[in-house]
Amino acid sequence: MAGDALTITGLQKSFGRNHVLRGIDLGLAPGSVTVLMGANGAGKSTLVKVICGHHAADGGQMVLAGRPFAPEDAADAIARGVVTVHQSIDDGVIPDLDVANNLMLDRLVERGRGLFVRGRAMRAEAAKIAAAMGIEVNLRARVSDLSVADRQMIAIARAMARAPKVLILDEPTSSLSATEADRLFALIDRLRAQGVAILYISHRMSDIRRLADTIVVMRDGAVSGVFDTAPLDYEAAVTAMLGHRMTEVDVDVQHGAAPVLDLSGLRLHPEAAPIELQARDGEVVAIVGLLGSGKSRLAEILFGMARPAAGSMAIHGQAYAPRSVGDAVAKGVFMSPKDRGTNAVIPAFDIADNMTLPFLKGLSTGSFLNAGRQRAETRSMIDRLGIVCQSPHDGIGTLSGGNQQKVMIARWLLEPCRVLLLDEPFQGVDIGARRDIGRHIRATAPGRATLVFLAEIDEALEIADRIVVMSEGAVAGEHINRNIDLAALVADISGSAAASGTTDRPT
Amino acid sequence: MNDRLLDFAIRYGFLILLAGMVVYFSLAAPGFFGPLSAAFVLQSVAITGILALGVTCTLVVGGFDLSIGAVATSALMLSAYSMVILEHPTLVAVLLCLAMGAFVGLVNGLLIVKFRVPDLLATLGMMFLLIGLQRIPTQGNSIATGMMLSDGRVAEGTFSAAFLWLGRHRFDLVIDRLLPMPVVIFVSIAVLVWLFLGFTRHGRLMYAIGSNARAAALVGTPVNRYKIAAYMISGVTASIGGILLAARLGRGDIASGNNLLLDSVAAALIGFAVLGAARPNAFGTAIGALFVGILLQGMTMMNAPYYTQDFVKGAVLVAALVFTFYLSSRRSGAGH
Repeated sequence: MAGDALTITGLQKSFGRNHVLRGIDLGLAPGSVTVLMGANGAGKSTLVKVICGHHAADGGQMVLAGRPFAPEDAADAIARGVVTVHQSIDDGVIPDLDVANNLMLDRLVERGRGLFVRGRAMRAEAAKIAAAMGIEVNLRARVSDLSVADRQMIAIARAMARAPKVLILDEPTSSLSATEADRLFALIDRLRAQGVAILYISHRMSDIRRLADTIVVMRDGAVSGVFDTAPLDYEAAVTAMLGHRMTEVDVDVQHGAAPVLDLSGLRLHPEAAPIELQARDGEVVAIVGLLGSGKSRLAEILFGMARPAAGSMAIHGQAYAPRSVGDAVAKGVFMSPKDRGTNAVIPAFDIADNMTLPFLKGLSTGSFLNAGRQRAETRSMIDRLGIVCQSPHDGIGTLSGGNQQKVMIARWLLEPCRVLLLDEPFQGVDIGARRDIGRHIRATAPGRATLVFLAEIDEALEIADRIVVMSEGAVAGEHINRNIDLAALVADISGSAAASGTTDRPT
Repeated sequence: MNDRLLDFAIRYGFLILLAGMVVYFSLAAPGFFGPLSAAFVLQSVAITGILALGVTCTLVVGGFDLSIGAVATSALMLSAYSMVILEHPTLVAVLLCLAMGAFVGLVNGLLIVKFRVPDLLATLGMMFLLIGLQRIPTQGNSIATGMMLSDGRVAEGTFSAAFLWLGRHRFDLVIDRLLPMPVVIFVSIAVLVWLFLGFTRHGRLMYAIGSNARAAALVGTPVNRYKIAAYMISGVTASIGGILLAARLGRGDIASGNNLLLDSVAAALIGFAVLGAARPNAFGTAIGALFVGILLQGMTMMNAPYYTQDFVKGAVLVAALVFTFYLSSRRSGAGH
């Protein structure tokens, strides 16, 4: 490890009692791309924030080019040659300034540069930087008028203007199209050739195949695998990331009765392969896939938040094309969205109001709410799901994450539906609450089709009758949840079947 | 123990302060305590209060309406123009004003919902537009019976007795001719808004939108429609305030109603502190308006000069806001 640009040993970081990093060892070699993988909450972002000076480490050390490295703040890290391009690109550019100003922004901050901006000289220098990076955009164009990819390039070019030793890219392709990503990869190749040590954070297997020299996998705040011998073992990396411990929950697999939901020729994007999928009455189908596999998009389309590029949907044989969320709910399709904090919880409301929110109409006489019935319905759900609280009038904010999630799920179990969609129902939920929720969903499954969107294999094995794997916006495989072939499941998730061809990324 | 004291202070502190103020003025200012004085206080806050109830509805959905003052003065000028110059009957004038208020609210709502203009900016723009617009038909003059028109004619119309009744009639209560009509309308609107926001599903959904619009949308709430409705309610209540002002003044006075916006916004914000609600609510808004009215009346009766009034209102508002935001943040901090 002596030749590494940045060496990290035993790095620890806690927030309160929450140990986010439990001793990370990592070496970044000059002129190579290290890909960092990990599920949500594995600690990737925290690690990046420690390296770029946003958080101070609680333990362990970092060595940058032979000297101890403990940045005081982000500016210090940058000054010492560790530059980070964050996930939301607009942190890295000033949208209202032109390209030249953006590229030269850091020079404007330096002391002793004089009061007036010399436009011509600045543009000349900016042109040099742009040429070195292979960026071809009009230097006078406003950054806000450029495409996402161009903005990303400029953020990276700005970072490179400081000739860094270490460059960190946090999910840079998450909002890029395939051709735009190719331009980014070309730029990364160029930087690698210049001897920069690159840490690249991504979930997208096609990116990883295209770029990775080394793969480091994190899970639960520790490094769970390092893969650096060619050819890289991508499947082992995904296994290390998802880590399927055998679960104690035994699923009594149901095949379901009559088909309820029928997707035919459904294309999520114009370039994605069509999806054929049926979900039957009483059946719980888990849709699993990595971030960016298209499962969130599918959920949005089913719930009327987005339109498919092509194809059709039907429920009980009737065409189903929801115009809005309200329309979807009216047609008996309910969804508990992911990220309950932003998408589901009404922080100002108590448990009863939060739970009954979608069905206030049925709980009112004329327009006036019937508080008694609201309370009674909430009480019965509190009992059935085992929500720990004092009364239905507790503020939602006083509950633990698991209990809040139970309220959000209970919200959609109050009335019968034809299709129930649960997007990441176990997010930020402890194992006890997860079992309670899973048991209740399975117990109430008859009478509807249930689709559960999950990133973790364990969770899918715990709740589903059938597991459908998505990758690159299409169905990559299907498995009945009985004596399941985990290797084949993981292979589907990491998309190795699709990658056996010559191209890494379908265009 | 300390937590319970804090909780008690947050919940009842403002009402106790109000009661204390009434007791103090009753003892210190002879003539303060009595039906006539009470009717006067109510009369002074009725129009502001009506506007404040409207702005409360926009605050509930997480918005803000800066155009209410201008809508009220526009209604004032429109009713005068309609009756004095166009010689319309009372009913037509009133309906015109209400329709104008609803239309302005609709435009505000569409600007915010469809054109994505931030609420403060959209309603600020609408405020300027209306302040200018209401002066165009009369070349910037006030409207009164017998005024000279630009073509040399004399305006023949008058404010009808029925219209003036809306602003000037006093009902008998305890003593003859005590309770002014605007107060009755204020109290009725307060009760209606209180019922609507607190006890109907529409009100509940509007609070949900104000707290987390995305979550409300994801349970199928027509968020945009409710937001537009809130601005329309605000526009209509503001035009009611303008009608009552015109009926009280008996002329289309271009300069009246300058303070309406700030006073009513202050009342709605003071309302956050009442009963520790920490959110916009109709009861709090009405109490907030009363609080300011009582304070000013008491001070006037103790011979405080008129120019100290705005300072006092400002001080009450700042105190109420600290009360709401600082104390309730401490309470929620202690709750964890």
